[in-house]
Amino acid sequence: MFLINCPYCGERDQSEFSAGGEAHIVRPKQPTELSDDQWAEFLFMRKNIKGVQLERWNHAHGCRKWFNMVRNTSDDKIHAVYKMGEKPPIK
Amino acid sequence: MKNKYSIFSLIKNAFSHHENWQRVWRDPEPKKEYDAIIIGGGGHGLATAYYLAKKHNLTNIAVVEKGWIGGGNTGRNTTIIRSNYLWDASAGLYDHALKIWEGLSQELNYNVMFSQRGVMNLAHNLQDVRDLKRRTHANRLNNIDAVWLNTEEVKKFCPIINTSPDIRYPVLGGTLQRRAGTARHDAVAWGYARGADGMGVDIIQNCEVKGIKRNGDSVEGVETTKGFIKTKKIGVVAAGHSSVIANMVDIKLPLESKPLQALVSEPVKPIIDTVVMSNAVHAYVSQSDKGELVIGAGTDAYVSYTQRGSHDVVEGTLKAILELYPIFSRMKMLRQWGGIVDICPDASPIISKTHIKGLYFNCGWGTGGFKATPGSGDLFAHTIANDEPHKLNADFNINRFISGDLVDEHGAAAVAH
Repeated sequence: MFLINCPYCGERDQSEFSAGGEAHIVRPKQPTELSDDQWAEFLFMRKNIKGVQLERWNHAHGCRKWFNMVRNTSDDKIHAVYKMGEKPPIK
Repeated sequence: MKNKYSIFSLIKNAFSHHENWQRVWRDPEPKKEYDAIIIGGGGHGLATAYYLAKKHNLTNIAVVEKGWIGGGNTGRNTTIIRSNYLWDASAGLYDHALKIWEGLSQELNYNVMFSQRGVMNLAHNLQDVRDLKRRTHANRLNNIDAVWLNTEEVKKFCPIINTSPDIRYPVLGGTLQRRAGTARHDAVAWGYARGADGMGVDIIQNCEVKGIKRNGDSVEGVETTKGFIKTKKIGVVAAGHSSVIANMVDIKLPLESKPLQALVSEPVKPIIDTVVMSNAVHAYVSQSDKGELVIGAGTDAYVSYTQRGSHDVVEGTLKAILELYPIFSRMKMLRQWGGIVDICPDASPIISKTHIKGLYFNCGWGTGGFKATPGSGDLFAHTIANDEPHKLNADFNINRFISGDLVDEHGAAAVAH
């Protein structure tokens, strides 16, 4: 449980947000060309990092906008919040 | 060899004021090389080691555990055991485990306090009723005991449930598996540890794996905080931390690790003699032999390794508990904790080889791994020893996420994962 600084609404309780998993997984440009292995990679396989992770969040009970976040999954500390389409501020 | 526990050993040790009991397991330093290494000293890992030694004569093996044995999810779950899963593959897997549970205390000569008090799953809406009835039929076709109870029968079986039609999610019925129940979670880890240790397995605690050494497409050993240990076979049974191990060898698994919470109340006199689970309102409760109510809450919806969990999740569960059991309204909760569960997209486990020779994964048990502990250990031991899965875990290979042959137990398994 933590506070999230929504880039559109400001600081709100985490329970207002829903997590969208790992960020920057690009939807395949040519889905018909994809092998089963590549589909599995896109749909299911995740880094599931213990440590600093880039992830997508949605302010589901607020502005309903999507954005990205840099969060440490081992202590839930948020390092940065950035908008969709922007490059991650730290890696 | 271990001295046998019995009424006679109890009397004998009483004369020496219980000061001369044999150590339950040794505390060895790691050898330079083992035939196989199990990463993770929880119930599943220790059971794997036990069956590798017992059924496959692999005794020169070690279990390495970064903390103390049984200190992860084995010591954090709500101890529910059942096998009423929908799909044939899951029914085979979980009922295999349940059958081993039924004789486990005798086999291990260690009382795991397995108690077949029944597990009842409640239905709160019409879709629940349809799903649970369907599952009852599926269970019976797989020779798994299951009965449908209407609201009056639910009330009769567990009188403290509020079956009033006026509550927000009224009880429309439920299913009951009488062979299901609970066991003492710590005893399972300790019993398997004692059994494995007695056959020569080294259980090495406070030994964290830091890396896996590879030679091309096969494994050579593990780097640990107690030095390098050589081996040709590695079984990873690291639950919520499976991805951490997988990332060491650049394997990606279809897992997300999330905190799952549970809590216990102050101890009270016997009030509920079964396990009641409710999927729709996400509340499940049983009573431990000490008298505490054992309550399972839900997972947080985001990846986290914090072993805590959010307060709003506990609050939601307790609201549902109070609506269903008004008698608990004045009880105090004593302890709350979280464990990290590794959840697969289809809510079914992975017991599988990998493309790296000698590297095996047993993971993805999500929120429901405890019940499977003996079966999981048995089948994973078979997979490691033979380098091929047993027919009961063949469907739970890692390639199902490529072929699409998922074992989709989300919701189908009687509770939300």
